[in-house]
Amino acid sequence: MNATGLEATRQQASLAGQPVPGEGLVSTKTTKRSVNDLYAFLGSTVAFIALWYLMHYWALEAIWGKPGFLITPPHRVIADSFLDGGERSKLLTALGFTTYVALFGLALAIVIGMGLAVAMAQANWLERSVWPYLVALQAIPIIAIVPIIGSIWGYGFKARIFVCVVISIFPIVSNTLFGLLSAERGQHDLFTLHHASRWTRLTKLQLPAAMPAVFTGFRIAAGLSVIGAVVGELFFKRGDKGIGIIMDAYRSRSVYPQTYGCLLLAAALGIAVFFFFGWLANVVVGRWHETTRKTG
Amino acid sequence: MSTPPPPPPPPTGSPALTFHGVSMTYPDGTFAVDDTSFDVRPGEFVTVVGPSGCGKSTLLRMASGLTPPTTGSVEVDRKGLGYVFQDATLLQWRNVRSNVELFAELEGVDRAERSRRANEAIQLVGLSGFEDKYPKQLSGGMKMRASLARSLVLDPKVFLFDEPFGALDEITRERLNDELLDLFQRKQFAALFITHSIYEAVFLSTRVLVMSARPGRIVGDFQVPFAYPRSPELRFDAAFAELSGEVSHALRGAHA
Repeated sequence: MNATGLEATRQQASLAGQPVPGEGLVSTKTTKRSVNDLYAFLGSTVAFIALWYLMHYWALEAIWGKPGFLITPPHRVIADSFLDGGERSKLLTALGFTTYVALFGLALAIVIGMGLAVAMAQANWLERSVWPYLVALQAIPIIAIVPIIGSIWGYGFKARIFVCVVISIFPIVSNTLFGLLSAERGQHDLFTLHHASRWTRLTKLQLPAAMPAVFTGFRIAAGLSVIGAVVGELFFKRGDKGIGIIMDAYRSRSVYPQTYGCLLLAAALGIAVFFFFGWLANVVVGRWHETTRKTG
Repeated sequence: MSTPPPPPPPPTGSPALTFHGVSMTYPDGTFAVDDTSFDVRPGEFVTVVGPSGCGKSTLLRMASGLTPPTTGSVEVDRKGLGYVFQDATLLQWRNVRSNVELFAELEGVDRAERSRRANEAIQLVGLSGFEDKYPKQLSGGMKMRASLARSLVLDPKVFLFDEPFGALDEITRERLNDELLDLFQRKQFAALFITHSIYEAVFLSTRVLVMSARPGRIVGDFQVPFAYPRSPELRFDAAFAELSGEVSHALRGAHA
C-alpha cells in the first residue's frame, strides 16, 4: 500500500469511527494449552504414585536396608483412612477444625499484613524500622516462644491462630509492599499533576497496581497458613482435635496408614487454598495483568 | 506545490504559556536548562528539537509544575493543562473508557459529565469501539490515542507533548501527526511539543526552536510559513525540505 492509499483508508476509517487498519488489537491465545496441562497433570500424578510404590516394595529395603512398611503403600492408606467409615469421619472432622484455624489465621494475616504494608509504604523511616523485625519474626522457632504464647492466649484455639498468623504473615507484607511501590513514576506524575490526595493515590493508583503481587503473596501465605495451623496444634493441644493432633497421635502409636492419611489431607488442604487464590487472582486481575503465562 | 502557500496569520492574544529567563540545575548538579525565554500563544504550535539529554523534557516538567525552575519563572494557567508523555502511562487495570475519564475524575467532574466528555474524546481520537479494551490489548498507536483523549476530556488551553510518538513506527507516527493537526485546528490550543525528529517538528509547528546540548539553551528559532490545513503531501514539498535542512543545520551547529 502506498502512502496516499493508506492515507485514504485512514481518513475513511477515522470518519466512520472505525478501527484504523494497521493498529490491530493484540490478541491473547489460550488454545491447546489446557489439553497439554491435563496430560502434564496426569503424568506427574502417575509418576508420584509409581514412586510411592517403588519406595514401599523396593527402595527402602534395597537402598537403605529398612523395612518397607515404614512407607505404607497408597492403597493401604486409602483403605484404612478413608474407606473405613469411622476413621474417615474422624479424620474429616479433624480436617474441618484445622481448616477453620488456617482460614481464620490467614484472614487475620491478610488484614494485619496489608495494613502494615500500607503504613510502611507511606513513610520510608517506618519501612526501614519495621523490616528487621519482620525478618526476625520469620526466623523465630515457634517452640522457643511456646510458653509466652501459651500464657497469654492459652493452650488452645487462640494460640493456634497466633502461630498461624506469625508463620503466614511475611509474604503478605513483603508482596503487598513491593506491589504498592511498583506503580510507575509516570503514573505517579499524573496524580501529582492533578493534586491527588494521599488517599486517592493509594486507592486509585498504588493498591490496584499492587494487586498482582498481593495475590502472589496470598498464594504463598495460604500454603503457610496450613502449615501454621498444623504446627500450632502440635504445641497447643487443648480443645478441638485438628488433623495435626490426630496425626501426631497415630505417629506415636506407629499406626502408619492413618498417619499418611492425615498427611494426605493436610496436603490436599494446602493445595486447595493455593489453587483457590490462583483462581481468585485470575478473576480479579486476569483481565488486565500481563503475565508471560498463567498458573493455577 | 512549487510555490509556497500563504503564511498562516500571526497568532494573536496574550501568551498562554511563558518562560521568563528559566534555568534549571538538578540537586545532583546537572545543569539542564540555561536562561531560556519564549512564549506560546493560543493557536500557536511550538516545537523544541534538540539532541538527547539537552533538557527538552525538563522544559515540559517545569511548564507542568512537576519540577520548579531554579531561577526564572514559568507563567501558565495549570487548570487547563493537557500533557502526553512518551509512555502512554495508562493505568493497566482500567479499560480505555475509564482511563480516558481519569483526569476528569481526579478533578472532581461528576460521573455523567465525565462519561459524556470521555465518549466525545474517544470518538475524536478514533478509538470508538475500543472503550472496553485494556491497555495490554492495545497497540502502541492506540495507547497514544487513549493518552491524548485522556487530556482532551479537560479541554486544555495549553497542551504539552513530550516525544509522544517517538516509540512508534514511521507510518503510525505520520498518521498520528496528521490527526493531531486536525485536533489542533479544531481546538486552537497552545501547543508545546518536544521531539528529536526534525520532519515531525517542521510538519506540525508554527514555530520550531532548536536547543543546544546541555545545558540547553535556544540557539535557533524558525517560523514555519505553511498554512493549515497541511496535507500529508507537504512532507514531499521542496520548501518543506529546505526548511527541514535549515533546522537540521542549526541542530548540527548546536551539537558541535
